[in-house]
Amino acid sequence: MRFVVPLGIFAVIVGFLWVGLSLNPREVPSPFIDKPAPDFSLPQLHDPQKTFSNKDMLGKVWMLNVWASWCVACRQEHPLLVQMRRAKLFPVVGLNYKDAREDALHWLREDGDPYVLSVMDSKGNVGIDYGVYGVPESFVIDKQGVIRHKVIGPLGPAELQDCVIPLVRELEQAGPQSQISDEVKKACA
Amino acid sequence: MRLIPFVSAVFAALLLLQMPLASAKEALPLAEDPVLEKKVNEIAAELRCLVCQNQTIADSHADLAIDLKNQVRDMVRAGKTREEIVDYMVQRYGDFVRYRPPVKSTTYLLWAGPFLLLFLGVMVLMMNLKKRRQLVDAQSAELSAEERERLAQLLKSEEENTKS
Repeated sequence: MRFVVPLGIFAVIVGFLWVGLSLNPREVPSPFIDKPAPDFSLPQLHDPQKTFSNKDMLGKVWMLNVWASWCVACRQEHPLLVQMRRAKLFPVVGLNYKDAREDALHWLREDGDPYVLSVMDSKGNVGIDYGVYGVPESFVIDKQGVIRHKVIGPLGPAELQDCVIPLVRELEQAGPQSQISDEVKKACA
Repeated sequence: MRLIPFVSAVFAALLLLQMPLASAKEALPLAEDPVLEKKVNEIAAELRCLVCQNQTIADSHADLAIDLKNQVRDMVRAGKTREEIVDYMVQRYGDFVRYRPPVKSTTYLLWAGPFLLLFLGVMVLMMNLKKRRQLVDAQSAELSAEERERLAQLLKSEEENTKS
């Protein structure tokens, strides 16, 4: 009987620690979900004379993928992005974050270019506007230019199949006011 | 044998080439304006570095922390207030970027938690003390007639023992 109370307290502490271990401290809830994507206009990687703005994509559901040739986790993610491009799932625009142009071009030549185009954020200012803190990061942006989902770290096949593809399909069908279905919300949570 | 001067010349040239590269890393941007820099550091000490989460951007040497500190410096120079700068960061990185979390409905437990625990601890302590006092009181209650007689006997025998 004397041991019931300490044992109970111990069990509660173990419970908290157990849950704490399964959480990912790197996943900080983004304040951007359901907010308009911050505007930018940046020179394109392949043709710096031309610029690209996020407004050019209005009317389309697309993904903005933040990447860099110095980023190790991007290498892990890269083959999946290349496959996505081959499968013509949806347009992915690359935000080449704080990178040297030659290095970035070299990497795309060597390992394939999964992007409809990439833009150069050499100083990282647009990265700050998008709250980027761990490359790679990906933003799913809807037809109205609103951020609907953010992936922190490399996109994996499971998250792509269960969350991103169904979400993009729903957003493509959706009118301006329609809500995302609960299934997709759950898969993306 | 003729090679040695040549080789050492090459080495000397290489050393000379290395020197500016080696020192370039050391030269961090100096504070031109100590008053401005003090304010920048004060604000930076309020902001969490999201790469190394237990450091402020004032302490951290992560690339992102340096970028954000530069951003803070630019904003201070442009005459922005402390609140405006913190708001700017919160808009981009969320409340988590603040080292002192704001008091709002989702953080009530966080702020009140330590006081709640203290209150609970004091309650448990008081209860225990009360229980103990009751125990002591119960034991030191009036002696029964039988006990008094036994006590008298014990005292008496003690007295006789000391006399003899």
